[in-house]
Amino acid sequence: MGAMDAAGPPLLPPEFQRWFESRGWQARAHQLDLLEVARNRRSALLIAPTGAGKTLAGFLPSLTDLAATPRAKPGAAGSRRGVHTIYISPLKALAVDIARNLEAPVEGIGLDIRIETRTGDTPSHKRQRQKKIPPDILLTTPEQIALLLSDAQGREMLTGVKTVILDELHALVTSKRGDLLALGLAALRRLSPQLRTIGLSATVAEPDDLRAYLVEQSGDEPDREARNLADLVTVSGGAAPDITILDTDERLPWSGHSARHAVPDIYEIIRKHRTSLVFVNTRSQAEALFQALWHVNDENLPIALHHGSLDVGQRRKVEAAMAAGALRAIVCTSSLDLGIDWGDVDLVVNVGAPKGASRLAQRIGRSNHRMDEPSRAILVPANRFEVMECQAALAASRAGEQDTPPLRTGALDVLAQHILGVACAGPFLPDALFDEIRTAEPYRHLTRRDFDRTVAFVATGGYALRTYERYARLKDDGDGRLRLAHPSFAQQYRLNVGTIVEAPMLKVRLVRSKAEGRRTPVGRGGRMLGEIEEWFVDQLIPGDTFLFAGEILRFEAIRENEVYVSRARAQAPKVPSYQGGKFPLSTFLAASVRAMLADPGSWSRLPGQVRDWLELQRLHSALPRADGLLVETFPRANKHYLVCYPFDGRLAHQTLGMLLTRRLERLGARPLGFVANDYALAVWGMSDLGAMIAEGRLSLDGLFDEDMLGDDLDAWLAESSLMKRTFRTCAVIAGLIERRHPGKEKSGRQVTVSADLIYDVLRRHEPDHILLEATWQDAAQGLLDISRLGELLRRIQCRIAHTALDRVSPLAVPVMLEIGKEPVFGAAQEALLGEAADDLVREAMG
Amino acid sequence: MSPFTAQQPVRRFAPVCHDISLAGELVGLHDSGALWWPDEDTLVVSDLHFEKGSSYARRGVMLPPYDTAATLEKLAGVIDAFDPSRVIALGDSFHDTNGSDRLPATYRAMLTTLQLGREWIWITGNHDPVAPVSLCGETMEEVRLAGLVFRHEPEEDAAPGEVCGHLHPAARIRRYGRSVRRPCFATDGQRMVLPAFGVLTGGLNVLDEAWSGLFPPRGFSVFMLGEGRLYPFTASRLVAD
Repeated sequence: MGAMDAAGPPLLPPEFQRWFESRGWQARAHQLDLLEVARNRRSALLIAPTGAGKTLAGFLPSLTDLAATPRAKPGAAGSRRGVHTIYISPLKALAVDIARNLEAPVEGIGLDIRIETRTGDTPSHKRQRQKKIPPDILLTTPEQIALLLSDAQGREMLTGVKTVILDELHALVTSKRGDLLALGLAALRRLSPQLRTIGLSATVAEPDDLRAYLVEQSGDEPDREARNLADLVTVSGGAAPDITILDTDERLPWSGHSARHAVPDIYEIIRKHRTSLVFVNTRSQAEALFQALWHVNDENLPIALHHGSLDVGQRRKVEAAMAAGALRAIVCTSSLDLGIDWGDVDLVVNVGAPKGASRLAQRIGRSNHRMDEPSRAILVPANRFEVMECQAALAASRAGEQDTPPLRTGALDVLAQHILGVACAGPFLPDALFDEIRTAEPYRHLTRRDFDRTVAFVATGGYALRTYERYARLKDDGDGRLRLAHPSFAQQYRLNVGTIVEAPMLKVRLVRSKAEGRRTPVGRGGRMLGEIEEWFVDQLIPGDTFLFAGEILRFEAIRENEVYVSRARAQAPKVPSYQGGKFPLSTFLAASVRAMLADPGSWSRLPGQVRDWLELQRLHSALPRADGLLVETFPRANKHYLVCYPFDGRLAHQTLGMLLTRRLERLGARPLGFVANDYALAVWGMSDLGAMIAEGRLSLDGLFDEDMLGDDLDAWLAESSLMKRTFRTCAVIAGLIERRHPGKEKSGRQVTVSADLIYDVLRRHEPDHILLEATWQDAAQGLLDISRLGELLRRIQCRIAHTALDRVSPLAVPVMLEIGKEPVFGAAQEALLGEAADDLVREAMG
Repeated sequence: MSPFTAQQPVRRFAPVCHDISLAGELVGLHDSGALWWPDEDTLVVSDLHFEKGSSYARRGVMLPPYDTAATLEKLAGVIDAFDPSRVIALGDSFHDTNGSDRLPATYRAMLTTLQLGREWIWITGNHDPVAPVSLCGETMEEVRLAGLVFRHEPEEDAAPGEVCGHLHPAARIRRYGRSVRRPCFATDGQRMVLPAFGVLTGGLNVLDEAWSGLFPPRGFSVFMLGEGRLYPFTASRLVAD
């Protein structure tokens, strides 16, 4: 696309040109491209690395358009009224940050433009005022758009909007928030037919998906290739990043994610750089690494900690110190993956495996925000398998390959929420709403049947037993339109809006220890350290120590919604909060690792220790083939083990483990347990599995047959706690059960209806209910990774190689070391209770 | 596509109980949550909360309308197993005052069939302070039989032999760093609190403050409901929520 347009005025108005020149800049090609797209009244996706002036590029068309339309007297024709541009970002903080960044050009050019934010933190008087006197540019979040669309006044405010800018679009579209926003966009387009969208994104695997997300779809078009697409503007180049893998003299660990062996090396690296961002995959890893770094921090370098469960005040303090250049390093999780512009970071350290090539690229982009200088990054593998994974990620980065997840199919629980929101704004015609929803990319394949079922769910719960008709929330108003039966349901909706369902959290408050003082009650007051998941606290008994907010804390008591803790003197915490790698290994990296393993010629790039380890594996057992599955069996300590290496991520392996043990049980192989990591799965039992295979009593092809995704899966799901957790999320989003609101929990737990009980009743009495369907779709894509397990089983069909061994193989060591760290599910609960009760009997009788 | 296809079979109960002595009377605790008193040929269930789903639906929260059917099925199961000549429902049998009025005709018929040929006592509760509409059975605030007294809410300073519900007892134990929470019977040998029998009813941890004063501190036991058996624990082995 040419930046120069022979006809018409210059793309960049003179006053803008002067402002650029006054700063010694000139408009970049992609910035001019976006102006031209705007002139052609088209929508666009801008893909650019960080530091390319992406945000300014996104806003330029709106700024020039607003500058050309002077504010007139209120009421005069042609005057600017209403919101001109909406900017939507996944993070509240980002909206605030952008507001600040826009001040420079707006003041510098001398524009008369009002810019305001609207987030969950905006006081209600300001929200009211915004509806009466709308700003020119509104900076907000997907949830706020849903809220505005759910009320007539809000809809009025959004009518006539010219441009919607979607920041960090690549991150938004992979979650249910992206579904909610897509539905909001479809509604906005009906309110303002001239609406254009501009998506800002990091590099992704399938740009066409995002281009389609940005514009109206025709609904009836089944072909992916024939979708309507927004224009594409890309910023090519930028210097290639400079990535290395940490070379260490220390012995590489067999398993674990702590990278404890590399702490002195990491400290040295931090010492040699101005400011480093140290990324890890989970909160508990961040805590552990932060502790370890301070343990060796002889020079007292300012090293800080940042993750999502820390107190907001503390997080803001760290961010401010970072912006002021007062820190040498921040240990952080994905809480810093997105957004805020730091400027001064000269190194990114990624500890543990990157889990995905695109994730790595985005993290590396956090360093050095000038695009003509290379970003620098060091990868620190925490164990031997991660060495290979880092190597694969490095190769992908050099080749510029991407593995961002594919676009989602719109979730039905989100659709239910949206439909109720629409009804809150006023009566609607189901036919028209159905057509509107199908213009949203994630819902373009929605069937009329599913739409009608979802409407029925919103109205009466959608049960086959139609007993709730008289309590319906939606009523037909006589001419085919559906209207809200009572205004109180609108209130219910507003309390429930949004797709982020937090795990129940408890506040963590620091108090003086009971153990140190005399036997006085735990004191009040004390500093708030942050929030912690209820399930974690459930495991603790008073006196237990754990890591949180960078300190070893002693659990004292629970008072209402607060966990009281004191500073502990312990050297090491007693209770690790182990969750393994939080993100599953991407399919793309998994395939690269499998290929690397199968090809000894490629091992020269690996460190000596890893090469020796693989060499030993080749000698003692066999190497997994790139397209097949290696299964090893061996005895150990009176038990028999079966280990396989699918490399398909912990979630898929865990599901596979559950299903394999069920099958082995039926075959009389008496399995006792299983354990999974990102790379392998180990099952053990009382019977000699190797002998059973050798004697033909156990067929591996039969054992790994795809049909396990039928009845076995069904039976297991009944008890799966993961499934119940998924159901709870769907039920909250769809509005079947109410969100827990702070302060309302005291009303007595016995009257709240537990999602688990509803799940059991529903599964038994209406197994094809739409909410169970939504749960299943979620689980298949998410927690259980069933879709990936299906691909795995198809891939290895008739390609299973069995090796019977007399002892554990080198490759099996890492997964064997994970044994004992797994939680208990289903039938194991009964066993646990029985054992605990039997203990008591022994105690009493002994 | 949904994998939820097969309906699960109705659970059958065996009339096997955990026998204990309560204020000198021998009673059996059943893993369904019911109490069986062989000497009086009496079955006791508490907190059925019939029509809880429709009670919520009236406020726009559309819980599955299957709770009454499921609770009835479970009740039919234990009545079938014990064939008692007397049934005592210990209060909160209906989730609200209009619950019995809303009871759909099919369920009303099922319930009436269960009542045939036996004495049936509805104890009133805080959710259902009045007699159920057009159903058989006697309604009373409490009933005394031999050495036991049956009422919905436990009374302060009650004489030994009180059998009640209301609190929905649940207990939690921990082992290997994991915890399991279940509904339970709670007793100190003098007083017995039954778990809620209804399927859509939650539980209140017996270590919660609401329980203080009911039992001597740490001087009571719970019997947690399991599959086909009960799991007994002394209070000292339990953990709070």
